[in-house]
Amino acid sequence: MRKTVLEVLGLHRSYGGVRAVDDVSLTLAEGRSLGIVGESGSGKTTTARIIVGLERADSGRVLVHRRDRTERGRGRADRLARAREVQMVFQDPYLSLDPRMPVATVLRETLRLHFPGTDHERRIAELLDQVGLGPREAAALPRQLSGGQRQRVAIARALAVEPAVLVLDEAVAALDVSVQAQILNLLADIRAATGIGYLFITHDLGVVRCVTDEVVVMRRGRIVESGPTAEVLARPRHPYTRLLLDSVPVPGWDPRRIAAARRAL
Amino acid sequence: MTTTLDIRAYHLRLPDTARPVLAGVDLTVDARETVALVGESGSGKSLTSRSVLGLLPHGATTGGTVEVDGEDVLTMTPDRLRRLRTSTAAMIFQDPRAAINPLRRIGDFLTESLRLNAGTGARAATDRAVEMLEAVGLSAAVLRRHPGQLSGGMLQRVMIAAALMGDPALILADEPTTALDVTTQAEVVALLGDLRERFGTGLLFVTHDLGLAAAISDRVYVMYAGRIAETGPAAALFERPRHPYTAALLNSTPRPDAPQGRLAAIEGRPPGLREDLTGCSFAARCPLATYLCSQQAPELLPVAGEPARRTACHHTDRIGTRGGADA
Repeated sequence: MRKTVLEVLGLHRSYGGVRAVDDVSLTLAEGRSLGIVGESGSGKTTTARIIVGLERADSGRVLVHRRDRTERGRGRADRLARAREVQMVFQDPYLSLDPRMPVATVLRETLRLHFPGTDHERRIAELLDQVGLGPREAAALPRQLSGGQRQRVAIARALAVEPAVLVLDEAVAALDVSVQAQILNLLADIRAATGIGYLFITHDLGVVRCVTDEVVVMRRGRIVESGPTAEVLARPRHPYTRLLLDSVPVPGWDPRRIAAARRAL
Repeated sequence: MTTTLDIRAYHLRLPDTARPVLAGVDLTVDARETVALVGESGSGKSLTSRSVLGLLPHGATTGGTVEVDGEDVLTMTPDRLRRLRTSTAAMIFQDPRAAINPLRRIGDFLTESLRLNAGTGARAATDRAVEMLEAVGLSAAVLRRHPGQLSGGMLQRVMIAAALMGDPALILADEPTTALDVTTQAEVVALLGDLRERFGTGLLFVTHDLGLAAAISDRVYVMYAGRIAETGPAAALFERPRHPYTAALLNSTPRPDAPQGRLAAIEGRPPGLREDLTGCSFAARCPLATYLCSQQAPELLPVAGEPARRTACHHTDRIGTRGGADA
């Protein structure tokens, strides 16, 4: 039995009268990958932001290694400790990287903040190597890199603090298919090498199939179906999961039937 | 069958680049036909579709012809271009929120072009707007709404209604469903299909999604680094690609019914505009590439035994089903 690394219990969050997250619970075991699938307004991103600590829940608990993340204080040491538990990679690396900071400096800042007084240069080289970047990219500014390379930098920065959980929010959605495949392969390699746990937020069922072991399907703030990814995608039980699967375009696709099914649901 | 759009040997060059952005594009769309133009960022697919409306980047020089309803867009006067955009060809953009003025009512947005450019009266233009809103499944009440009051899916329907206002022969849709949720995408695609049958328009659907292209179109063009790599009937192209790039694109797409694990990624990235290309533009990333490929750009030629298909590859006979290179 693998150790549980992340546990989310009865999460609630409302904005005005809207229940953005409505009784969401999930568990992630060490070295495993859990997908959260849903459309806009499903609450998947809010759930992720609460787990990372960018948003507060009205009620419910988030535990990493059985320790409640909200119980820690708001001081500097507590904030840094929280950051070392969970790291996040966003959809658009162009917005999450400082445009004036060369890649090596981005990593050095993070390392200096979390591990003062250690040999950062060797670790920087190691991190860059892990994400498939070299010395040329280390000296480059974000705008001198391609979208895929920028996302590699964002992943390296997240890995720098050796987090227990990596939350990836639509992290490959903005990339071209051929580049997306490179990043998905890279993420698979990193997980195999480090034993880090992934929480993979996405709308793309193909991506979910490729990189997750288990999946939860969210709709209007609630989890409507969960289980092993292979099983959920092969034999969906909830009509909404079925609708999502039918909506993936393939030859012989019938968009009219899907539109009708959507209205019926 | 009449050809609505006929692009021939179209070249487009931008200042300070080493190679043309578009290098000899040939593409046709017939009346009532849906044609998909597939490519990744930088392939030139959006430039191609924008060229059809004469929307060229600053400083661009062109060669070849881009004919809409038999008239070359590249040599049109500004006045003629305006009429083309009002009544002959219309475009649906990816992000309706970016394309519709948030401060004006939907009714103003829909009728503006007809009133300004075609001299249609207010009453007649509004009647037409109501008719088109109904065609896309929205009620006349939407006329008085502002864009902020509508969902993304509804707003994209408004965009489609706006495109239909001038009764165009051709609709250009540039990633019209990319910003939408997957279930909403199905609705918009179903709607475009219905409208094609009802109004007889030709549709050029620009997308990065090969699966979507195969699902909705009659024919597909696959574009890479400013050239057409392959073209043919959608189902055949998807089932048995005849260009290594198409095959690689299919293989690198994660699918819900595929097993977990590593994808067959295409290593490297597309050539930049500052690199001159002597041979095939895909050669540097191609598993089948030989010396010939680095020296000589392959022409887009008919595939043996399949006259409806053409591919630009020196080694097309070495490509296996579903992209597995039989090397």
